[in-house]
Amino acid sequence: MSSTLSHLDKLENQSIFIIREAYSQFRDVAILWSIGKDSTCLLWLVRKAFFGQIPFPALHIDTGYKFKEIYEFRDKYAKEWNLELLVARNEEAIAAGMGPDKSKFNCCNELKTVALKQAIAKHGFKALYLGIRRDEHGIRAKERVFSPRDEDFEWDYKNQPPELWDQYKTKAAEEEHIRVHPLLGWREIDVWQYVQKENIPVTSLYFAKNGKRFRSIGCETCCGPIDSDADTIDKIVDELKTTRISERSGRAQDKESDYMMQKLRSLGYM
Amino acid sequence: MDVLNFVIVGHVDHGKSTLIGRLLYDTESLPPDKIEEISKASDGLGRDTEFAYLLDHLEEERKQGITIDTTQVFFKTDKRRYVIIDAPGHVEFVKNMITGASQAEAAVLIVDVEEGAREQTRRHSYMLALLGLHQVIVVLNKMDLVGFSEDRFNVVKKEVSDWLASINVAVDVYIPISAIKGENITKKSDKMPWYSGTTFLDSLDTLKNKIPPENKSLLFPIQDVYKVGDKRINVGRVEAGAITTGAQVKILPTGQTTKVKSIEKFLEDTQEAIASECIGITTEDSVFLDRGNIICVPGSEPHLTDRVKANIFWMSKRPFTKDQKLTLRCATQETTCKIDKIARKINSSTLELIGEDADDICNLEVAEVIIKTKKPVAIKDFNDVQEMGRFVLVRDENTCAGGIITTEN
Repeated sequence: MSSTLSHLDKLENQSIFIIREAYSQFRDVAILWSIGKDSTCLLWLVRKAFFGQIPFPALHIDTGYKFKEIYEFRDKYAKEWNLELLVARNEEAIAAGMGPDKSKFNCCNELKTVALKQAIAKHGFKALYLGIRRDEHGIRAKERVFSPRDEDFEWDYKNQPPELWDQYKTKAAEEEHIRVHPLLGWREIDVWQYVQKENIPVTSLYFAKNGKRFRSIGCETCCGPIDSDADTIDKIVDELKTTRISERSGRAQDKESDYMMQKLRSLGYM
Repeated sequence: MDVLNFVIVGHVDHGKSTLIGRLLYDTESLPPDKIEEISKASDGLGRDTEFAYLLDHLEEERKQGITIDTTQVFFKTDKRRYVIIDAPGHVEFVKNMITGASQAEAAVLIVDVEEGAREQTRRHSYMLALLGLHQVIVVLNKMDLVGFSEDRFNVVKKEVSDWLASINVAVDVYIPISAIKGENITKKSDKMPWYSGTTFLDSLDTLKNKIPPENKSLLFPIQDVYKVGDKRINVGRVEAGAITTGAQVKILPTGQTTKVKSIEKFLEDTQEAIASECIGITTEDSVFLDRGNIICVPGSEPHLTDRVKANIFWMSKRPFTKDQKLTLRCATQETTCKIDKIARKINSSTLELIGEDADDICNLEVAEVIIKTKKPVAIKDFNDVQEMGRFVLVRDENTCAGGIITTEN
């Protein structure tokens, strides 16, 4: 007998295994839902893992600078999928006028990382599911599937725990929370092929209008569209098979300086 | 299209990250903006374009010119897709190398032909053998530094093959390369006409995928139990064999038997699941299942024991001493345990015997031990079903050792 599982089946099974491992250990968890393709794909897998009844909240970190399509998509599917939706905003920083014009580094840190810290403190989450992938960025490629953060949210990237044979880190007292990364081994094209196969809804921002589409979505202020005529999922998959442009080429925080992503992430950025 | 995961191991500075960078570059797997990014970063540190920066993304890695943590990158050939796992070669980061190697189906051992086999060359290859990774390609790198000499290649090849033979690793493929110059990586080098073998890239295409143990007897460890509507769904991953509705099954450690009533997947109607599938099951009788229970077939059961004989490799700077309590985790089973006997322990690079009937195990040592578990565990011999023949030991919530079960009693 030979293996009948396709590449996407294998990825799906591995992700569901990870999702269930984390829930069996933590119970007090939330899924971070940015409404982008990756975290929406993750949400889809979480629905599968729990037979359609997700036993924990979906957390949206809202910087106030998101596209209107993001808010519309969020509210529509939160209802349709019966999600317990939590929206976290760093209201103080937003009121004080924090924005990318001040400093991109501070803006990402204040409106995303700090807002996340506030939400974790408020709800007492011990673990968070995140849809990051290794092929997005060299720093994310160094991640573990279960990745601890200390009380200051710091990622000790120079001394990560060993991770063998799907035996993942258990939480020690001094660790604030564990980041769980079920999509770490997926590539961008895997996500889109899975979206295609499963017919997962994604926001319209990904589809080309007037020769432009978004390939990676963050805040409206800090991400730009790419040149593309891909206005359907099939065309996006075809485009990715041939493109040599990197996925996050439209994302400002990757370009600010050589190590900005590392510095942001070591402070607790996603 | 198939995907194959392979790890690149070897001593620090023997060129692992450079080889991967070269492979990505020559197979045009790199977006132009990534090439620009590394050439800018190399400039910033006053160096020529450094292929290793494609993987060494941490500031500390680039400044010190070493790899700290394992990373994974993707590329493809006409034949299939690859996940390359880069592993650090410094002795300080062996646990990261093991993390990388534990996820691989095959390995590439890189050796600096000028330096020959060094401490991590030997340790890494020994760890590969211990982890059951027997599919290995050896590349002898930096041929440009020895004037592409066939004699030098043969000397180091003999040194490496003698070592590998001593740890029972059979390797057929030895390739002379220069990662930095791109010789014998994706195209045959004209600098080494004496070499008649394949290029590195063509050799990769001959590696075989690991097949999940579908043809073994069923092993289905329970991961969790969910109440969905009025059903109690016992979820987990099939680790070996297959499970079908209506099958008579036995539950370990209780020994109860029941029948599989249904196989549950969200919005799917399915009657069978095979190794590596994540599913849920419901049972005919209202048996109480819990995480760590093992579902198997009566008559083809794994060994149930509280005494586990194993080879363990210690990955923590804090040594093990016999008074310490550990937790053993094998598949979803978890129990506290103690190490009753440390029969012998060896240096994982020289294989030198360090002690017999020892009292402690230190970082990087490999020990033959007998573990006494508090609760019985269901185990298999590693050579039979790897998924249930290996375990980790956890101390204070940190994985401190990995173990390979040598015999079942």
